[in-house]
Amino acid sequence: MFDFEGYGPGIFKGAILTMELAALSLVLAFTLGLLGAMGKLSKNRMANGVATTYTTIIRGVPDLVWMMLLYFGGQIMVNAFFDWLYNATDGQIDIFFPFNEFLSGVLTIGFIFGAYMTETFRGAFMAVDAGQIEAGKAYGMSSWQIFRRISFPQMMRHALPGIANNWQVLLKTTALVSIIGLADMVRLATEAAKSTGEPFKFFIPVAIVYLGIAALSDVLFKKLNTVYSAGVVKG
Amino acid sequence: MFESTIDIFTNPDTYELYWDGAVVTVQMVFLSLLIGGALAVPLAIMRTSKNKLINYPVWVFTYIFRGTPLLVQLYLIYYGVALIEGIQQTFWWAIFKEAFYPCLIAFVLNTAAYTTEIFRGAIEATPRGEIEAAKAYGMSWGKRMKRIILPSAFRRAIPAYSNEVVFMLHASAIASTVTIADLLNAGRMIYARYYAPFDGFIFAALVYLCLTFGILAVFKQIEKRMLGHLQPR
Repeated sequence: MFDFEGYGPGIFKGAILTMELAALSLVLAFTLGLLGAMGKLSKNRMANGVATTYTTIIRGVPDLVWMMLLYFGGQIMVNAFFDWLYNATDGQIDIFFPFNEFLSGVLTIGFIFGAYMTETFRGAFMAVDAGQIEAGKAYGMSSWQIFRRISFPQMMRHALPGIANNWQVLLKTTALVSIIGLADMVRLATEAAKSTGEPFKFFIPVAIVYLGIAALSDVLFKKLNTVYSAGVVKG
Repeated sequence: MFESTIDIFTNPDTYELYWDGAVVTVQMVFLSLLIGGALAVPLAIMRTSKNKLINYPVWVFTYIFRGTPLLVQLYLIYYGVALIEGIQQTFWWAIFKEAFYPCLIAFVLNTAAYTTEIFRGAIEATPRGEIEAAKAYGMSWGKRMKRIILPSAFRRAIPAYSNEVVFMLHASAIASTVTIADLLNAGRMIYARYYAPFDGFIFAALVYLCLTFGILAVFKQIEKRMLGHLQPR
């Protein structure tokens, strides 16, 4: 039953890669989401427009299309940029920057879920009582202090269910990197399935690993929820 | 750089390729939503049952299909179906040797799982008073379902369901990985033929964007009509 015909360690490594990819993308998505939410909530029309365009375009196009665009076009874009830099500086700056599958995977997933996180954070920031921020101002806090001490910790309570949801979807989206050739769990299982002719033996364990990670993160988010709900009276 | 762009977009073959791809994508998404939606209604009713023997199997189904990537489900069905003992001798093989049906099955099961949970939420949100009133009128379980619970539940499910439709359109792009000539495949063909990743994929992205906006516009109209009584005035 648990004989993976020598593919076991490889698939295990693939699982690690999946988790690395998911974690890094989450960090990027989190950052972009915060920036996007601030853009959407700002009174600056420029910032507002950029954030709105970002979320609309990203969410209107399939993730796989973005991934392929970045994977096949990323190197061309990077090369064009450094060529321009090379010419502009008369050969002072000569860089070749290799663009790989991992980078395009992290960037695509990060940017896509950044757009979803933007909506999550926007709603969460709006749910924070305006009086709290006014109180912060009355204490003479700078806007950074207000963000760090007042709006962010309170916003997180409202954002957590949305973040948990996005994380679960993000985790499953990482499977797409197998299409652009990154050796994640799904890719290795596909190769093993093709060469041994036994798809069930490899895909079912992979599916179980995904379910396991999902169940584990559920527990983790429940813990986080208690942390960020400290002091909230339930009733 | 721009010569190739002009080459690509003055060639009528390009548009034919994208048109055919879009037709396949729309067909597949429409069919899976139709069949998946039809499956989801009884499943959602079962899922709200208090009887564990009816409720749990459906929960297991939705948990598995919502917890694993659609790509894994697709590969499992696409590569797995060919290995069923003796299938190559039966008439089923004529259907399953093409990628279309395994792909459709994967999409149907996936969307059925998500839609079941959407409908379940909507059914459970039925105001208690409505059910009590129906009971007071002496309606049987079946009549209550048909006349009271389901009609209002479907209305409440519309906003969440529109998300699922868009999600399905986007998820369908992975069909191109199992040799189906969908919209993304058209983009890949243009990329391969002209080595023009931007032209190929951005045009495909624009078509997807238009389809997405089209779906959202249709659902906005439906919501206006069906949920008009809930709108703030």
